[in-house]
Amino acid sequence: MSDPTSGLPSADQRLDREDITALPPVSRRSFLQGAGVSAIGASILEVGEAATRELANGRGEAIGPGAVAVTLDINGERREVQVDPATTLVELLRDGLGMTGTKIGCDRGACSACTVWVDEEVVASCMTLVLDVRGKKITTIEGLAKGETLHPVQQAFVEHDALQCGFCTPGMVMSCARLVEQNPNCSLEDVRQAISGHLCRCGTYPNIFKATLSAASRMRDV
Amino acid sequence: MSTSEPTKSQSVLYGIVGEHLEQVTRQVPADEPPPLPKNDELTVIGKPVHRMDAVLKVTGRARYTFDMQLPGMLYGHQVVSSVPHARIKAIDTSAAERYPGVRAVHILDRVMMNAQLRDAQAEAKERYPLVRYVGQPIAGIAATSSRAAAEAAKLVRIEYESLPHVTELEMAMLEDAPRVYPGPTEQASTAGGGGAPPGLDQRGNLRGPDRGGARGDVDKALTQAHVVIDAEYRTQVQTHVPMETHGIVADWRDDELTIYASTQHTISVRDDAAQNFDLPHSKVRVISEFTGGGFGAKYGIGNYGLLAIHLSRKARAPVRMMLDRRDEHVTVGNRPSTLQRLTIGAAKDGSLTGIKLQSYGTAGVAAGAGVGFCAHALYPCPNVSTEHYDVFTNAGPGAAFRAPGQVQGIFALEQSIDAIAEHLQIDPLALREKIDTNDTDDARARAAERRLGAKAFEWSRRRAAGSDQGPIKRGLGMAQSQWVYIVSRATACEVRVTRDGSVEAFSSAQDIGTGTRTVLAQVVAEEFGLRAGDIGAYIGDTRYPVGPASGGSRVTCTLTPAARNAAYRAARDVAARVAPLLSAKPEEIVFRDGKVFARSKPQRAMTFKEAVKKAEISEISHRADRRDDYEGYARSAPDFHISRHGIGGVQFAEVVVDTQTGVVKVERVLAVHDCGRPINPKLVESQIYGGVIQGVSYALYEERHLDSASGLQLNANVDQYKIVGSRETPQIDVLLLEQLGGQSSTDARGVAEPANVATAAAVANAFYNATGKRIRTLPMTPANVLAALRSDDQSLSRR
Repeated sequence: MSDPTSGLPSADQRLDREDITALPPVSRRSFLQGAGVSAIGASILEVGEAATRELANGRGEAIGPGAVAVTLDINGERREVQVDPATTLVELLRDGLGMTGTKIGCDRGACSACTVWVDEEVVASCMTLVLDVRGKKITTIEGLAKGETLHPVQQAFVEHDALQCGFCTPGMVMSCARLVEQNPNCSLEDVRQAISGHLCRCGTYPNIFKATLSAASRMRDV
Repeated sequence: MSTSEPTKSQSVLYGIVGEHLEQVTRQVPADEPPPLPKNDELTVIGKPVHRMDAVLKVTGRARYTFDMQLPGMLYGHQVVSSVPHARIKAIDTSAAERYPGVRAVHILDRVMMNAQLRDAQAEAKERYPLVRYVGQPIAGIAATSSRAAAEAAKLVRIEYESLPHVTELEMAMLEDAPRVYPGPTEQASTAGGGGAPPGLDQRGNLRGPDRGGARGDVDKALTQAHVVIDAEYRTQVQTHVPMETHGIVADWRDDELTIYASTQHTISVRDDAAQNFDLPHSKVRVISEFTGGGFGAKYGIGNYGLLAIHLSRKARAPVRMMLDRRDEHVTVGNRPSTLQRLTIGAAKDGSLTGIKLQSYGTAGVAAGAGVGFCAHALYPCPNVSTEHYDVFTNAGPGAAFRAPGQVQGIFALEQSIDAIAEHLQIDPLALREKIDTNDTDDARARAAERRLGAKAFEWSRRRAAGSDQGPIKRGLGMAQSQWVYIVSRATACEVRVTRDGSVEAFSSAQDIGTGTRTVLAQVVAEEFGLRAGDIGAYIGDTRYPVGPASGGSRVTCTLTPAARNAAYRAARDVAARVAPLLSAKPEEIVFRDGKVFARSKPQRAMTFKEAVKKAEISEISHRADRRDDYEGYARSAPDFHISRHGIGGVQFAEVVVDTQTGVVKVERVLAVHDCGRPINPKLVESQIYGGVIQGVSYALYEERHLDSASGLQLNANVDQYKIVGSRETPQIDVLLLEQLGGQSSTDARGVAEPANVATAAAVANAFYNATGKRIRTLPMTPANVLAALRSDDQSLSRR
């Protein structure tokens, strides 16, 4: 018997394919248990059921509790994956797709290490279900640079040493990059606000402020 | 240095650049490289070179232990106790074993990190280790997904026979309190500190006293003193909260064990694994490419590591065991609480006549709650008595935490010194000028730091305490830092030059965020006239020459002299082979700006790569050990030496106190520090920011809340365990000395701990200056602030 709560391929499976339809369906009960692993079990359930109804009504197809096929746009690439409805976006990115740049610091939306962009917004990917980002444009830290050319915020982080251990850095970069793209005229207060949900235990904030303001000024000059 | 080694006299620079420098003579090993000049005469050392792995970190390509994904890898999850003190009668893992996806279950037969009974017979042998705190690891599950492992962990049924428990310091000190241990205990320190000296008395939950620096007749001195400050200070339990939790990936195959570890000391992980699994060091390899913070708690394999290794062996697959945030708070360390009674006597002119300290602290089930060495070592004083006690409670174990003990000790000491200054109507800086007179480099650094800091902070604008008339009160304060200058013993570095002109350096030392790779590369690059980015700096692998632990501010001062000496030898070796090509003598060969040339014939320069190729060098490898400091050490332990010189630092804080709400805001901190020769001032500045921010966080917010009835931590997360974030970060300015001590081939010292030592005390002294009231209880929450504002200070007595 294999693991019914797993919507994710194991590492060796992942090497070959992203299709995990071979996994047996989960019972409703084990789905609930799976959802309960997270501190936000109730909201996962609610959103999961809503998604089920939407799919059932809209397209006439059943969804969950077993793995369902989902098509996603991640960093401009179309990815077809199978996930159980309780799967969070960060779980899929890291364990399912091997994109480990996005981190988990708390797994309850309190540290923002898992920040990615969904369309034009920053979201905590540990609090976001994969089912909820269907049809949306997902950008992760892996997709921020254009080839070898770093995003101005990434470049400024390097120049201003806006990182120490680096574990919170991908999330910080995503929020700061979103800020400067939305508001190249941002102030120090805007930067403080933009990363107020992020936690950096090494205490790199002063350099993050400098780096982000410097990147913003570079964006203005372009 | 070893007496058999031939030596030579070498003239080296000594002093503080920009203040006072002189040439002094040191006896050094005969083949020691020439002394380095000041940083402004160097090319790579002392320059704000970008962190070498910064691009990997900003692009998400840096691979932490948490990111390891090996073929067939399983996910581990701990099963922890739900009760604070109990015998385990039975454990039923059958339902967990049947849970889909589960591949292995393991029950611990021993527990690490807890103190150990001196006499194991003092406790009846049980089938399972006794539970002594809520969250104590009991078993582990390995499954095909992290969710399956977590689900299965909930299915493990544990039958407890509950025992009485105690979680509060003062309750645990009572004679009839439930005993956490039935007899005296021992606990060695880690490379980050913590632990307790062996053989101390233990009565009930009270272990100690550990006495430090006793001299003279302190009681007599106190009765004769002109002014006595007798005060009680309390500090809270703080947890480390590294953003990457503790964890390892264990991959056991054919009796060879590979471990990927989020660690501050790869060697300690290897040694623990080898010892616990009876493997020779040659069969254990530990790799730590990136570690997401540690702050003192990440040493050895821990219980999670024991579990992961057992599970990997059983499942015949790699097992990744990363703690979740709750277990991280509860099971792998914290800064112990303290209750300190500090009595200081001074003469009319401010000179200290007596210091008496009694401290009680709890590191839960672990020992090591002392309050550092500042009371007896920061200021000369003829009469001193210090007693440090550990109080055991049924709570998670303490561990070394950025300047263990010293942060708590300075919080008390520097406030009492400030109170003496206040009562004698002496400026706090002037009083320190008078009493901070040890014949050590750190005392000399602080003298310069006070001067520079007073100017930059405009100390002269400081007003009398409580000057603001309204409810919002502003004040300035300062406090001094002191930490030991520690050098790891066995440390070596290898430098290789390969046939295409690549230069590589190797050390098993890890990088927890301090920039180890970068400083290693800088020191090597300087010898070859290359840029730091030209050097392959390979660290974090026990197959490389043994490197130091990232703890106690010791990496840069331990590693860089070995690296420089190896690079120097390799460079001279290259010079000897290139010299004939340039029709020059080897000693004439110079490496500069990526070129190699003879000093007298700079026009005939070759690029470094060209020179290596033309000299037909296939591969050159040189290895050098970290030699002892030129003037030796004050004392030595099995793993490290301690210099008679320390590391200093002076911090100034400006705070605003809302006396109606009790909210304290730190607006600005000026941190003036020394770290010997700064190898990379940018990285040093980053670490100082971190030390200050953690200090402000400790002073104002952080506190572990345990429910005394259940033993459960109520805020084992990062939403309710409050830490300074972007909004609370004050303006921080850093001034950095370049202090040359003439002790090693790089003269580097550390900075991580001293940057964290003085902050809470500086904030508290600024609080006093704002309000005219002492705050002797941390953290400065509104409740503690309002209590302090209401209190009637009885600490002063005068003759």
